[in-house]
Amino acid sequence: MMDDQSVLVIEAGRTERHYWKDLWRYRELFYFLAWRDILVRYKQTVIGLAWALIRPFLTMVVFVIVFSKVAKLPSDGVPYPILIFAALLPWQFFGNAFTEAGNSLISNAKLISKVYFPRLVVPASAVIVSFSDFLISGIILVGLMLWYGFAPDWRIITLPLFISIAFAAAMGAGLWAAALNVKYQDVRYVIPFVVQFGLYVSPVGFSSTNIPEQWRLLYSINPMVGVIDGFRWAILGGNTQLYWPGFLLSLVLVLAILVTGIYYFRKTEKSFADVI
Amino acid sequence: MSTGITIENLSKKYIISHQKRERYFALRDVLANGAKRLIHKLIHPFAAPENDPTHEEFWALKDINFDIMQGDRVGIIGRNGAGKSTLLKILSRITEPTSGKITIKGRVASLLEVGTGFHPELTGRENIFLNGAVLGMRKVEIKEKFDEIVAFAEVEKFLDTPVKHYSSGMYMRLAFAVAAHLEPEILIVDEVLAVGDIHFHNKCIGKMQDVGKEGRTVIFVSHNMAAINSLCTRGIVLTQGKLEFAGDIDGAIKNYLSQSSVSSSFRRLKKQSVYKPKTVEILDCKFYSSGSPGVIVCGEATHFEIEYVATQPNLSIQFLIGVYDVYNTCVLFLDSAALELSSRGLPSSGKIFGSLSKDFSLFPGTYTINIAALLHEELIDHIPNALQIIVQDGDFFGTGRWPRGKPLALVKQNWRVEENNAT
Repeated sequence: MMDDQSVLVIEAGRTERHYWKDLWRYRELFYFLAWRDILVRYKQTVIGLAWALIRPFLTMVVFVIVFSKVAKLPSDGVPYPILIFAALLPWQFFGNAFTEAGNSLISNAKLISKVYFPRLVVPASAVIVSFSDFLISGIILVGLMLWYGFAPDWRIITLPLFISIAFAAAMGAGLWAAALNVKYQDVRYVIPFVVQFGLYVSPVGFSSTNIPEQWRLLYSINPMVGVIDGFRWAILGGNTQLYWPGFLLSLVLVLAILVTGIYYFRKTEKSFADVI
Repeated sequence: MSTGITIENLSKKYIISHQKRERYFALRDVLANGAKRLIHKLIHPFAAPENDPTHEEFWALKDINFDIMQGDRVGIIGRNGAGKSTLLKILSRITEPTSGKITIKGRVASLLEVGTGFHPELTGRENIFLNGAVLGMRKVEIKEKFDEIVAFAEVEKFLDTPVKHYSSGMYMRLAFAVAAHLEPEILIVDEVLAVGDIHFHNKCIGKMQDVGKEGRTVIFVSHNMAAINSLCTRGIVLTQGKLEFAGDIDGAIKNYLSQSSVSSSFRRLKKQSVYKPKTVEILDCKFYSSGSPGVIVCGEATHFEIEYVATQPNLSIQFLIGVYDVYNTCVLFLDSAALELSSRGLPSSGKIFGSLSKDFSLFPGTYTINIAALLHEELIDHIPNALQIIVQDGDFFGTGRWPRGKPLALVKQNWRVEENNAT
């Protein structure tokens, strides 16, 4: 149980070396934090679990009315609710994870100023909690498919790939928000704005085929465009086409956000306990 | 014994911002200042970069060097702001040093707060696991010790109740129970023991002494000299971020008390006496034996002096001296009326001298002295916490031996033996 004579050296700028090893050592804390947040989330509110279902469902209903009935946008031959829900799932996952991760360090301030552990654990477990919501809302999608008698084709097996891209996007953006939030107090006002704004500039309520061809690459600068298009491609199947240049651009941007997010987080995390 | 922790040239710098009192910076300010500086640079491209007058460096720790042997129990002493907490935070890896190097051999667990990570909505059972993980225990380890922890905390009945319904005593017991079952090679403890009642306090000290006896290293920060004295074998004194003393615990405590001249000599916290009319005022009070003032050596006679001034002579002033230990228990109460000193009528200003027999001594530790003056049974002057004294180990019995146990006081005694004669 005791790793005998393990030698630890503390020096300015030295934390780098045992960081990833520590992250592995603290995997149980990671598990317990995620477990705590999930437990508290579904314990605290009476409608706890239902909340994860009601929110996306009502959003979906409103979007169907606005974009399909009022704006009369084309649905590419799939039931409009499914078209929307296939996009709403990754978007809500991203939005929740980004918000929760962004505020995670501040809400765990006491823990951070009293105990050592790799700080990456905190936003990561916040993303995991949002992922549990994502899985629960997934039930609605299955329900919709049954209701409309819509069967996905082989492409559905590629879905985990797109889920991991959504994960990377949420994690990267969440790390940036979390690190900035510790240092600058006005970041917490920026986070909800980004989420709200992002919902309208992402192709959630409509298919991105509605975007004129010459603008699509530019549109894909929003990394969530690639994620959402990927989800639709995998779930809706049939004649849904993936716009590859745009998708690859989004993918590169997601990776860039993740890498820079980890880098910035790692660079600033040593001072978290001093400023939080 | 080998070295457990080596600290070399350790320093930690903080930047203090004078401009605003806020805890956080605002991103908009940073952006605005950046833009301002950029414009300034564009307009005056050759101007020297200006120093930011709103920020000042503050060295919480400066060039600290010392070694801790494996199995040592080290007390870290210092006034508020001396850098004790910063040192613990660096040792626990919560914050990073600005420069210097620390080498630690063995697994470290730090306990800077009791109940870190407890969530009020979760049950006792859930919190044991959570808190254990926060303190660095493995899940299997927690499972193994679960029953022991529950028994120690005495919360069996409430294991499945959310801790928000716990009484504060139960909460503390549970939190400490988890921490007490950590088995690190090096245990770092901040003043968590300051909370809770005496029973709890003693339980904590006892548990930490056990940890020390098992050959583990303990690093302990406290303002409580008696707790430090009874627990630690070595001491480190910090003064304004610098290492003042490192050595045996008695030396460290003596050093600390001698540098804090305010507390070992007479002081009156409030300038004005609350009692009016101020017919009598206590000016000074000293306690001493053969050594430096404020330090009483066990086995020597204790002397004390009270200097006073009165508005008129021949008053029957009565002086009271209360001696309190660190738990604020009154261990001695000296009353000048008991000796009928006051009935004689005192000069309008002067000094009262007194002494305690060398056949009696308080147990080694720190004590706080309260002084009061009475006139016709009415309180005229009263100075709580007037000074602190330290009672030091000495050869009380003249035999070089020390009695067993930990009494409040020592008294010289006579024993004699008679043989039972068979009739």
